[in-house]
Amino acid sequence: MQNVTYHREALNQSGIEMLSMCKSQLQKSKESFVNHDSDLAEEVIRNETRVNALDLKIEKDCEKFIALYTPVAIDLRFVIALLKINSELERIADHAYGISKYVIDIDNIIPPHLLTVTQFDEMYDTILVMMDMVTEAYENKDVKIARKVFKKDKILDKININSFKVLEEEIKKDNSIITEALILLSVVKKMERVGDLIKNIAEEIIFYIDAEVLKHQNKK
Amino acid sequence: METTIEQTLPMDKIVDKSLKKTHTIEVNDAKVWYGDFMAIKGIDMVIKPNTVTSFIGPSGCGKSTFLRLFNRMNDYVDGFKMEGKIKVNGRNIYKDKVHVEELRKEIGMVFQKPNPFPKSIFENVAYGLKIQGIKDKKLINDRVEKALKQADLWEDVKDNLKKSALTLSGGQQQRLCIARTLAVEPSIILMDEPTSALDPISTSKIEDLIFELKEKYTIIIVTHNMQQASRISDYTAFFYLGNLIEFDKTKNIFTNPQKQQTENYITGRFG
Repeated sequence: MQNVTYHREALNQSGIEMLSMCKSQLQKSKESFVNHDSDLAEEVIRNETRVNALDLKIEKDCEKFIALYTPVAIDLRFVIALLKINSELERIADHAYGISKYVIDIDNIIPPHLLTVTQFDEMYDTILVMMDMVTEAYENKDVKIARKVFKKDKILDKININSFKVLEEEIKKDNSIITEALILLSVVKKMERVGDLIKNIAEEIIFYIDAEVLKHQNKK
Repeated sequence: METTIEQTLPMDKIVDKSLKKTHTIEVNDAKVWYGDFMAIKGIDMVIKPNTVTSFIGPSGCGKSTFLRLFNRMNDYVDGFKMEGKIKVNGRNIYKDKVHVEELRKEIGMVFQKPNPFPKSIFENVAYGLKIQGIKDKKLINDRVEKALKQADLWEDVKDNLKKSALTLSGGQQQRLCIARTLAVEPSIILMDEPTSALDPISTSKIEDLIFELKEKYTIIIVTHNMQQASRISDYTAFFYLGNLIEFDKTKNIFTNPQKQQTENYITGRFG
């Protein structure tokens, strides 16, 4: 294997590792939040250090790759895309950390009916499916799968808009749940943001493979 | 239609004045043979004025042969035969009775290895003017100074113009060769790997110079250095086995080439 190919493949593997690590953080943050499992929440918080370390490693390796191999064409697009994907993943992991932090800092358990009315499970499951999609698209250089992510994100946007209304209704019915409703609303907002970040990752994958820029465009 | 070198030589009388006006190069279906070997397999290309165009490709791909077609440097190579048209300012430089020395005055060339004459710095730059029969000393002095300034060498040598050109460093010698080319006021400059024998500082000076010169000249450069092609040229042409595989704006070639062969070559995955 050529030197440049070897180092590019190493970077590629780091990207896959980061995707997998962030998906795991999301999954655990959901479980810890829904079940108010502080042990699992602490695990997410501990793992955040590993995510940050990998984030720094990828940044440094990309910098080295650019400096030593002056990549062009698909290699250049790959390294630019990976830098951005890495940064988006790090922010996704931050959100997972933030959600788990609620479990540690706040004693309130979210009443199950609030999770149901806000379609919390559906939201989280959609996010995990989106994470699987970008991982598959990235690993297999599959633009078709990357494009499917945009539709999924629209589901999250709808749930997010709807959740404000339904929680308002629930508070009107029973104002003892205000704190729980506000926490849940905050988590829903974080999830909606995570959806946007995954969408950005899909855009970067398409840029890397097809050299097509989708950022700030409505043609998705 | 085949145009052989025998049909076009001698080119002794007619001076093509129109070459001065613009400096567009238009190539139609150019084919070149050296004996039985087909070095160029039918290439079309238009090179716009005041641009820098890089020719890239692996050794033996035909890029230097193609470059040397523009000032008829291949004419005297054994077994050289050419078909097709190469027009400079609309005139087929192979078909018409073009005076080859006039053509080379219009289309200057800088070579891979600096090749100053074993003469003084001044004489090197003035040489082209003198063989053109220019005797006006003031005109020669002015042109030498102007050419040395354009080549960013004036400050280095202005007090030592009588010194042998061979005492200059490699980078200075190459800039002297560029000055020698500029002194006869060509409109097109061909460069065949002009920095491959130079250190990074001298290379950088030549690259800066190319950038400045494109305001007045059309420059075509053969280079093996991908980064150099991407740094200095507006257009890049990728050649392989005598074919022009891709010719596009440099930014497109180096960010999103359309042909897999181009991508493999520029990313170092060739062969």
